[in-house]
Amino acid sequence: MRFRIATSPHILRDTSVGQVMCRVLYAMTPGVVALAWFFGWGVLVNLALATVVALTAETLVLVARGKPLALHLSDFSAVVTAWLLAAALPSLAPWWLTVLGVAFAIVVAKHLYGGLGYNPFNPAMVGYVVLLISFPREMSTWLIPHGIGQAHALSLPDTLEIIFGGAGRLVADGLTGATPLDLLRTQLGLGLTVTEIRNSPVFGIVSGGGWEWAALGFLAGGLWLVYTRAADWRIPAGMLGGLATIATVFYLVDPQHYAPPWFHVWSGAAIFGAFFIATDPVTASTTPRGRLIYGAGIGVLIYVIRTFGGYPDGVAFSVLLMNIVAPTIDLYTQPRVFGARGG
Amino acid sequence: MNSLFPFHGGLKTVRHKAESNQRPIASGILPKRLVVPLHQHIGAIAKPLVQPGDRVLKGQRIGQADGYISAAVHAPTSGVVTAVDQQAVPHPSGLTDLCVSIEADGENRWIEREPVDYRRLHPSDLRNLARSAGVVGLGGAGFPSAVKLNLSGHCERLEQLILNGAECEPWMTCDDMIMRERADEIVAGIHILAHLLEPRDVLIGIEDDKPEAIAAMTVACAGTGYQVRPVPTHYPSGGVKQLTKLLTNKEAPLNGRSTDIGVQCFNVATAYTLHRAINFGEPVISRIVTVTGRVAQPQNIDALLGTAFADLVAQCGGYRDRVERLIMGGPMMGFALHGDEVPVTKATNCILAASAEELAPEQPAMPCIRCGACAEVCPADLLPQQLYWHARAREFDKAQDYHLFSCIECGCCSTVCPSHIPLVQFYRYAKNEIWAQEKEKQKAELARQRYQARLERLEREQKEREAKLRQKAPPRPAPVAEASEADQLPIEAAVARARPDRATAPADAPKPPVVVAADSAGQDG
Amino acid sequence: MGVAIVVLSVLAGVSGLLLGFAAVRFKVEGDPIVDKIDAILPQTQCGQCGYAGCRPYAEAIAAGEADINQCPPGGENGIVALAELLGRDPKPLNPDNGIEKPKRVAVIDEQNCIGCTLCIQACPVDAILGAAKHMHTVIDRECTGCELCLAPCPVDCIDMVPVGQTITNWKWAYPSPVSEARQPADRAAA
Repeated sequence: MRFRIATSPHILRDTSVGQVMCRVLYAMTPGVVALAWFFGWGVLVNLALATVVALTAETLVLVARGKPLALHLSDFSAVVTAWLLAAALPSLAPWWLTVLGVAFAIVVAKHLYGGLGYNPFNPAMVGYVVLLISFPREMSTWLIPHGIGQAHALSLPDTLEIIFGGAGRLVADGLTGATPLDLLRTQLGLGLTVTEIRNSPVFGIVSGGGWEWAALGFLAGGLWLVYTRAADWRIPAGMLGGLATIATVFYLVDPQHYAPPWFHVWSGAAIFGAFFIATDPVTASTTPRGRLIYGAGIGVLIYVIRTFGGYPDGVAFSVLLMNIVAPTIDLYTQPRVFGARGG
Repeated sequence: MNSLFPFHGGLKTVRHKAESNQRPIASGILPKRLVVPLHQHIGAIAKPLVQPGDRVLKGQRIGQADGYISAAVHAPTSGVVTAVDQQAVPHPSGLTDLCVSIEADGENRWIEREPVDYRRLHPSDLRNLARSAGVVGLGGAGFPSAVKLNLSGHCERLEQLILNGAECEPWMTCDDMIMRERADEIVAGIHILAHLLEPRDVLIGIEDDKPEAIAAMTVACAGTGYQVRPVPTHYPSGGVKQLTKLLTNKEAPLNGRSTDIGVQCFNVATAYTLHRAINFGEPVISRIVTVTGRVAQPQNIDALLGTAFADLVAQCGGYRDRVERLIMGGPMMGFALHGDEVPVTKATNCILAASAEELAPEQPAMPCIRCGACAEVCPADLLPQQLYWHARAREFDKAQDYHLFSCIECGCCSTVCPSHIPLVQFYRYAKNEIWAQEKEKQKAELARQRYQARLERLEREQKEREAKLRQKAPPRPAPVAEASEADQLPIEAAVARARPDRATAPADAPKPPVVVAADSAGQDG
Repeated sequence: MGVAIVVLSVLAGVSGLLLGFAAVRFKVEGDPIVDKIDAILPQTQCGQCGYAGCRPYAEAIAAGEADINQCPPGGENGIVALAELLGRDPKPLNPDNGIEKPKRVAVIDEQNCIGCTLCIQACPVDAILGAAKHMHTVIDRECTGCELCLAPCPVDCIDMVPVGQTITNWKWAYPSPVSEARQPADRAAA
């Protein structure tokens, strides 16, 4: 009798890359729903458009590279990239913005560097930064959240018309406005104090009205992600910890000119970034201590960019900057091997 | 004092122990033919002491330990040696090895057995007895126990003697059953170990999913001072380093041995065979094998060494349907066999017949996404991912920088890898390559030395000849041609004599004689 | 101006002295690069490179007289190792020097050996045992597979036999790698 030859271990856990990626998608759902509630159909249209573009781009590149399609498309990594980028875009961003960003992320940032597992930079954030630098106006045209002084509710056809037809009407109707972080930054520049600025209607209970509910949704999904071990707790802990720490220091020094730590942690893309962007394992640090340091680095950089830099938010830049140093962090944070004495 | 010290990493695995531990240990049937490999242990292969046609008795030594790290091999029953040749053995390669084949005569006649009182023997005599009785570690590795019983030079005094009854591999129950049924004899073996090693404490580590074994050992150990310590069921708690850490919180140093930290560890079944060898004069000729998985009646069998796996499976009622893989050892660290016509050796702790149902289907490997799940479960605190990159790129130096040789090949990392990368296989490959390169280097170094020695010899001979010539005086001109011719003649005569034996095609003509002449002139002239 | 010249001269003088001292103090004995090259060469001593042995070839490489791709027994791995050591690009083995063959050892057909000792004299590592008019035999552990004994044998009784795979020299194979296409075929075969 002949038997099949295979190498040990002969039993494997039922786990796969596709499963891990799907968990990320599930975990994003509550946050995405909250975003859609406050920013309208556009969020979902972006998401759908980005998914289609990502899968198309992925398919084309895989064919060009001669890789098996079914295997690689079923890992869902392209969809995750698409969702991450789409969730970061303004809800009524013109269609070509989404197409360009996602295609750049998949083709250049992911596959030109070797594809899944080999890209040194987070593809979604590369795509985002390319758009932010190239099209600053389109990228900062945010809808004022629903229910915040505006009783608008764009219908799906209207949304589609704006996204695919042009944003002229949108601006004319006065539906857009500054984001809370943007407002904070410009008003501080005008010499106002944080307390004065916080009286603006764009602010909610903790941070931006509407935005804070999306952050809550992402937090819930993120905690579930950590619970299922699809993401390592150390990265979000390090990042939010780092951000909170540096924000606390400045807040204690001068509470009138520096926003409180809870505002920073709860604003912009901090929660979303901590649980969904920084935790991309391919581009993050891999050692346990390294992940804490990597996260903390991102948190500190976000604060620095928000407070002293040229952009209202800095999650994308911070993540990319820390991507660069991740291998170095790994090199210096190797765990103590069993049996090795001392540190 | 009974606290435990968990090790990093590890896994909860499936158990599947209940299949085979419901029946008592069955004694193996006596097959007609036994094929006994001479290499059943780590170290040098035993030297055969018998020839085809020899009659042997049960327990007679048929292979002699060759060197310090080696072990003797014995005839498992009485009969006639039919062959001493290459036979298939249980090995991942599916290759053959030197074996002694014995046709059983059915009488099972023992040699003269000589029990000894170990308390009266000198430790070195006792160790020699263990060696010539073929006692090796029965946990699966087969390291000669006599070597481990000699502490000289490694530590002043042994602090803990650990008996390994953890048996963390799924499906495997041979240690569980021997502890349930032969606890007293294991303890008798521990007495001998303790007598030789004089440890401060004797700790017996057993995973807590074996309450019957724990109870039996606790009863047997009553009044001896030996401590039975249940440990959590968490793979790989049966790894020597992991069990040591669990029970003592000590970690053997990198590239060191457990004796460096005053610990020595033996499998419980090894203690049992030592007891039989010393107190009964019975060498190791059988062992308990778990036959489990998709066989009709999974059970443990006290099988004679040399019994074919197929015979054991037949004794268990044969294979059930859809058997796809036959594994020797457990599913985490065992290896797949090419066929079942291979003999039981001292390392055969388990035979697992598995179907796709028991084993997760093999899946295509995806690129590593650096998720770090491997590092989380690594019980040696390594970075499996870094090891993988370097092993894959054949950067063996760098792999060693990441402590490749601390890897115990437990399989945890491969098990949890979402990309289904055969990580452990990469480490095995890298280790093998490094060993081969090391051997190659040693060989090259030897060749270099021999070449150097030859050059020096030639030079010396040349000088001696010159000195002789000068002594003999009047220097004759050109002795070279003459000498070579004189040399050449007998060679040609011999060639002529030898020719008829070989094909005599004209193309077979000798090499140009000039070359030969010049060569020999150069050497002998 | 004058000060500058003096200062620079003094600086130059001091540096010169330092360099001179360093040259004496940290003098490198021998030529370590030859040893390093020699350590990579397989020590077959076969002479296929065109030099009398591995050491002379190593010296020739160090002196820039020989290229790094002239050693067939060292094969591709050897060339890569040499290229890495010397900071050059690896190149394919020079076919003029021979081709890379699997490792083999010489075996003397003892029926036909006439005891002429010619092979003994040819063996660079003294791996052949025997005396005049007595059968010779090769110590296979010591044989480097250089083939130098083949040509001198007047009765062609020496064969090169490949070193077969045994259970002791067997190695785990490189895992049939991240080849995603492998599985379906494999499964079909099972």
